[in-house]
Amino acid sequence: MFDDFFIRALVAGIGVAFVTGPLGCFVIWRRLSYFGDTLAHSALLGVTLAFTMEFNIALSVFIISSLIALILIQLQKKTNLPGDALLGLLAHSSLAVGLVVIGFLTFIRFDIMGLLFGDILAVSVDDLLIIWIGGALILLTLKFIWKPLFASTVNYELAEAEGLNPDRAKAIFTILMAAIIAISIKMVGLLLITGMLIIPAAMARNLSSSPQSMVIYSIVGGLLSVIIGLFTSLEFNTSSGPSIITAALLLFILSLFKIKQSIKLKN
Amino acid sequence: MSTDQNILVKLNDAGLQLNNKWLVKGVSLQVEKGKIVTLIGPNGSGKSTTAKIALGIYKKIDGSVEKYTHKVGYVPQKISIDWTLPLRVNDFMVLTESLNKETIDEALSLTGVIHLKDKNLGDLSGGEFQRVLLARAISKKPELLVLDEPVQGVDFTGEIALYELIKKISDELSCGILLISHDLHTVMTATDHVVCLNGHVCCSGSPMDVAKNNEYKALFGEQASQILSRYEHKHDHVHTDEGEIKKN
Repeated sequence: MFDDFFIRALVAGIGVAFVTGPLGCFVIWRRLSYFGDTLAHSALLGVTLAFTMEFNIALSVFIISSLIALILIQLQKKTNLPGDALLGLLAHSSLAVGLVVIGFLTFIRFDIMGLLFGDILAVSVDDLLIIWIGGALILLTLKFIWKPLFASTVNYELAEAEGLNPDRAKAIFTILMAAIIAISIKMVGLLLITGMLIIPAAMARNLSSSPQSMVIYSIVGGLLSVIIGLFTSLEFNTSSGPSIITAALLLFILSLFKIKQSIKLKN
Repeated sequence: MSTDQNILVKLNDAGLQLNNKWLVKGVSLQVEKGKIVTLIGPNGSGKSTTAKIALGIYKKIDGSVEKYTHKVGYVPQKISIDWTLPLRVNDFMVLTESLNKETIDEALSLTGVIHLKDKNLGDLSGGEFQRVLLARAISKKPELLVLDEPVQGVDFTGEIALYELIKKISDELSCGILLISHDLHTVMTATDHVVCLNGHVCCSGSPMDVAKNNEYKALFGEQASQILSRYEHKHDHVHTDEGEIKKN
């Protein structure tokens, strides 16, 4: 019925959506959208390094993104620049350096559009394994740090005072962010990964009244976006990333009607 | 049991300096099981800072803190919650520890807010939220309770009831309580030990001892030591940035 590549893309996308759902909620709650963007932009550098050294792409992206996160934390401690300026600095300079490096790699044929916006043709069986095993590890780790991470998101001092070690949870969460970017880069593309994190979670916020329900709605929203997006991509021959994100946007717009209703009810 | 085993938290000459300014300096105190220790003092005298030092929130402190328990309940003076979070009272109750339904309901009933259980945290009034904060802190049956002005914004009858509840919890759970309060009447009737702060420890001891203390009288006014129910204070000295005391 469908080609193998399409089934692979679908399975990959579903795996990604299960992980971006809960992580995306934390990205919204902790106001980390630009942090996610910065890590994603630096992923290009990771991809080019992977090509030059014939290294696994996901692993290389994971290492570079984690490194950028570490550099960010150091810069925050050592300079007086505001956080958003540092994020912009790192995001654009790592993207620029990545593109310059690509310019030098004339001996490799690069599909830049695929890298930036995702390419369903590029998903291999190995990628599926990376997504599902990596994704399962990310979710398990998130479950493990959920309590301290969530408590410190609500109030840092309460979490610290009642012995939950929020600093460790925050550090682990940063690594998880680098990991999700690494495993989803082929699907969504590095310019749109943050969209996959934020938009379904933003839609979920409109529909939910508790943290748990927001996570569930966010996963469901991500799954629907992936499925609708990929079928559109197949039908109209569009890039997979933009198609998925557009589907997510449509779901978000639909969720706005629910808010209107509940505001009306309140009044 | 020796006294030492009853100690839950102990501050040894503890202080905190921020941007070359002492927030509080040279505080020694200890909280024991079943005892209520109250911090009093004017605004900016370092009460909340002392509480946070005891809780281990501040890392770079002078002196030392010895903490002998991990079961801690905390009601902060100020709490800002980000309303991007969908959070009901029920979700807030299990924030730092998983509790079963009965425990949650019991704590919410004790502070009189069980009817708000499914309400969004952002929809509560100041006094209601304060009751929820207290319920959350006591629900996990802590060994050490740190209450930073726990009844602020609560109505008059509620205030008395909540202070009675705090006293009852201290007796029943035999947990130690570090209380910050502006209500001198409560302080003098329910407390075992009073520490009067003004950037440093002015005086400390049993409520009666403190009430008779001249520094306390100077800080809170003659009336405070006689009637004990009115909050009033005069500064007899100010603190320089180096932590020195300058008489007015």
